[in-house]
Amino acid sequence: MTTTGAPAARRGAEFLAGIRAQVPLLLGVAPFGMAYGAYAVKTGLPSGLAQAMSAIVFGGASQFVGVRLLGNGVPGAIIVLTTLLVNGRHMLYSAALAPYTDHLSRRWRWLLAYLLTDEAYATAITRYRRAGPSMHAHWFFFGSALALWSTWQVTTAVGVFVGAAVPDSWSLDFALPLTFLAILVPVLRGRSAGAAAAIAGVVAVVGFRWPYGTGLLTAMVVGMAAGIAADMALCSPEPADEAAVSE
Amino acid sequence: MRLWIIIIAMGIVTYGIRLSVFVFVHHSVLPRTARDALRFVTPAVLAAIILPAVIYTRGAGHFDATPGNERLVAAVVASGVAWATKSVWATISVGMATLWLLQWIVG
Repeated sequence: MTTTGAPAARRGAEFLAGIRAQVPLLLGVAPFGMAYGAYAVKTGLPSGLAQAMSAIVFGGASQFVGVRLLGNGVPGAIIVLTTLLVNGRHMLYSAALAPYTDHLSRRWRWLLAYLLTDEAYATAITRYRRAGPSMHAHWFFFGSALALWSTWQVTTAVGVFVGAAVPDSWSLDFALPLTFLAILVPVLRGRSAGAAAAIAGVVAVVGFRWPYGTGLLTAMVVGMAAGIAADMALCSPEPADEAAVSE
Repeated sequence: MRLWIIIIAMGIVTYGIRLSVFVFVHHSVLPRTARDALRFVTPAVLAAIILPAVIYTRGAGHFDATPGNERLVAAVVASGVAWATKSVWATISVGMATLWLLQWIVG
């Protein structure tokens, strides 16, 4: 372990700094977690399974979509395939953070990978870029990711618990598209990304009633292809909009 | 049982994606084209989820791309907030508040 012989105080300081960096993001995650829990039980998922999904999958977007597809009786293989696409962006995070986690033990890398989400990536990459790789920076990563994980589990439980009591008129499910808008809009720099989003959106609307959730799946694949095609047509690679590609 | 299997499979693919470059493939051998392609996962996936959720009315699921669709209007307002603030919290707050306000006005 790289941490042996290191001063515990430094590790503790990094860990706490990670939690502090995550706090502003938790304000957005908390209502999202509750909305997920409430939405899952309202859709008919048993509360134990709704909670288990938060621990096993630990990815808000894919959980929302998974619950919706489960509720529509979509075959499991399509749900798993959709999950793969929805969470595909985490590979980008994995690639961006890997140079900083290379030196860690296997156990650390497996742990940090489990906790890797949009929010954990955002805080960890900022820390690494600003202060560079240091002996204890992974404790910052761990602190911020663990704060998010705990919040997600607790708010899921709250949502599951109060879910049935939340009236439909509160439109809690609308928290999902709103959260995604907050992630999507800043990413829409460059024409290729815009093309990917526009084509994917239109195909998803057209394929809304296609059976077995195939419309959503098709939209994601066609949208990505449109982005790649636009990139090639424009010939000059645009500046990487997502931090991951520009190490 | 079927539900458990699906959820566990969802967990396995998600964990696999997160582990990919941390554990399975070294980042130095990841081809540039693969990274370029990955860039479009986020916009394509998110737009594909957002647009139908906003354009089709809740419940009946009617197509409604007019200003009479409260969700569409709230989403447009929220997009402006997302663009200006880049804050998830501000986007959700303003978006939900706009939706509630419109629903209250329409009655």
